[in-house]
Amino acid sequence: MHVTVKLFASFRAGRFDVETADYPDGTTVSDVADRLKLPQNELGIMMINNRHVKLDRMLADGDTVALFPLLGGG
Amino acid sequence: MDKIARIDMGAAGGPKVTVGDLGAYAGLGGRAMTSIVISTEVHPLAHALGAENKLVIAPGMLSGTTGSMTGRLSVGCKSPLTGTIKESNAGGQAAQVLARLGYAAVILEGKPEGDDLYKIYISKDGIQVIVDNSLKLLNNYPVIEKLRGEYGDKVAYMSIGSAGERKLLAASIACTDPELRPTRHCGRGGVGAVMGAKRVKAIILDDAGMKMRPPKDPDKYRDANRAFVEGLRKHPVTGQGLPAYGTNVLTNVLNEAGGYPALNFKSGQFEGVAKICGEAQAELEIKRGGSATHGCHRGCVIQCSGIYNDKDGKYVSKQPEYETVWSHGGHCGIDDLDVIARLDYMDDNIGVDTIEMGVTIGVAMDAGLAAFGDAEAAIRLVEEVGNGTPLGRVLGCGAEITGKVFGVERVPVVKGQALSAYDPRAVQGMGVTYATGTMGADHTSGYAVATNILKIGGDIDPLKTEGQVELSRNLQIATAALDSTGMCLFVAMALMDQPETFQAMFDMLGSFHGTSMTGEDFVALGKKVLSAERDFNTRAGFTKAHDRLPRFFYTEQLAPHNIAFMVKDEELDEVFNW
Repeated sequence: MHVTVKLFASFRAGRFDVETADYPDGTTVSDVADRLKLPQNELGIMMINNRHVKLDRMLADGDTVALFPLLGGG
Repeated sequence: MDKIARIDMGAAGGPKVTVGDLGAYAGLGGRAMTSIVISTEVHPLAHALGAENKLVIAPGMLSGTTGSMTGRLSVGCKSPLTGTIKESNAGGQAAQVLARLGYAAVILEGKPEGDDLYKIYISKDGIQVIVDNSLKLLNNYPVIEKLRGEYGDKVAYMSIGSAGERKLLAASIACTDPELRPTRHCGRGGVGAVMGAKRVKAIILDDAGMKMRPPKDPDKYRDANRAFVEGLRKHPVTGQGLPAYGTNVLTNVLNEAGGYPALNFKSGQFEGVAKICGEAQAELEIKRGGSATHGCHRGCVIQCSGIYNDKDGKYVSKQPEYETVWSHGGHCGIDDLDVIARLDYMDDNIGVDTIEMGVTIGVAMDAGLAAFGDAEAAIRLVEEVGNGTPLGRVLGCGAEITGKVFGVERVPVVKGQALSAYDPRAVQGMGVTYATGTMGADHTSGYAVATNILKIGGDIDPLKTEGQVELSRNLQIATAALDSTGMCLFVAMALMDQPETFQAMFDMLGSFHGTSMTGEDFVALGKKVLSAERDFNTRAGFTKAHDRLPRFFYTEQLAPHNIAFMVKDEELDEVFNW
């Protein structure tokens, strides 16, 4: 299935800003992080299609995943 | 900090300075000092620009010490923008210097007759109030340049630009940063107009010959500060994200969450974010020889600020904050960082709140004064404010006035003050704070974004109403206390996740004053401050009907979540029921 992954802040270093790639059925947010070598303890904000999700959330074809480290400001 | 200076600008024969002890205000600092003085001493029905109003300038409880992050200065008054009580705080050097000079508060009272303009020089030798009409209608950068020629570079400056002198309701008070740029503003609520009404153009704070304020228990204070700094350095927000990208790192987060208010709150996403986000901004700043990492005051370990240069490496402005990039950017449909930085400089120079000014330009665009995305028109409209034209005066009085003058229905304000960069429909907890806050719409007074969107200090669904009232209540209480300490609010990002860092801050407060500070004491302080503010507002005529969002947030659905603001009125009425 096709999944678009967006990375932000320090996660972009050595990776990409946005990439659409094939992922096997049953892939979770956690699997995406592993494939991109993003340490799970650094994951702060995770969204699929603009909604917050947890690590064990399963992806569907056409999903957009957004991964951020823990961030703040304002 | 064992004295209060009162400067009666309207005294017969010229301004009169009286320095006295703290009396009933002993132990207060920052927002606790400003709000309790205003609530106690100012008639709630006073005209905000009249002689009855007072402008209270107060360093935080720990300002002027060796403690990190303690450089916030609170300024309080009755707000000419909202009609409520107002506390607006800023970084920069002023709080540290004023605290070391020994003043827990400097209170400007009365109002002079005639049109002489004054500057106030505060040093170890006392306070001088001096007529200086050469400063008339100068903006902040030239004012500071002129004053530096006279008072040098080892002082801190506070000043108002032309907007403050003209008593525009969005007028700010500028505080200089360590490099003496007038970039850190008490922005919100028109505090600059109150200073202008009292005909005070600038305050020069000179702490030559003064020392750091000594803690009652120096060893414990040093150890607590060390633990506090360690906690800030190890938390990913205060130790990595804010130093590297600044506050504008939030642009992508809010846009992804569908809570980035675009084109005057018509959508929760803006197509131009990639060009104006914190990641792009930091890269550009570094490439052009500016900086993405800079402290607004000495003693800051977070360093969330930066320096924005043009393509030739020449200084344009300090790094525009997230709220500014949003208000002049996505809110107005502008996706050009160079334009946004120029507007940031113009706002700082003229002396207006970047949030109120940007939101106002967006409202003006909705009125048809310019097209969304028209950068040149945005610059021209802000120039009108600086020139004091009739149109500029309307715009400089903020979004509500501008909306009324031009017949705009969608005006994002509560109690007359503009909302900021979080749409309350996609961040319902933020909507509770906007609606019920004592200052008018003010994201900093109870930053529910942390728990709704950033997942700091817990996890509450931003698109649901459950838990939002309790969250906003607790945040408003904690913030009122934190704003009294002199600590930068950003320490809360670490405090909310790390109890040991919270404890270190309590230990700093306790060991400095030779007492103990517990979580219960901290909550009690926050409630005391909020109660004083609510009491003032009630006496000024504010009721629960004012604790509401504009109707369009209830009736118009926001994309992409297609959601309205859903927290019920009776739930909002429970925020202060503790």
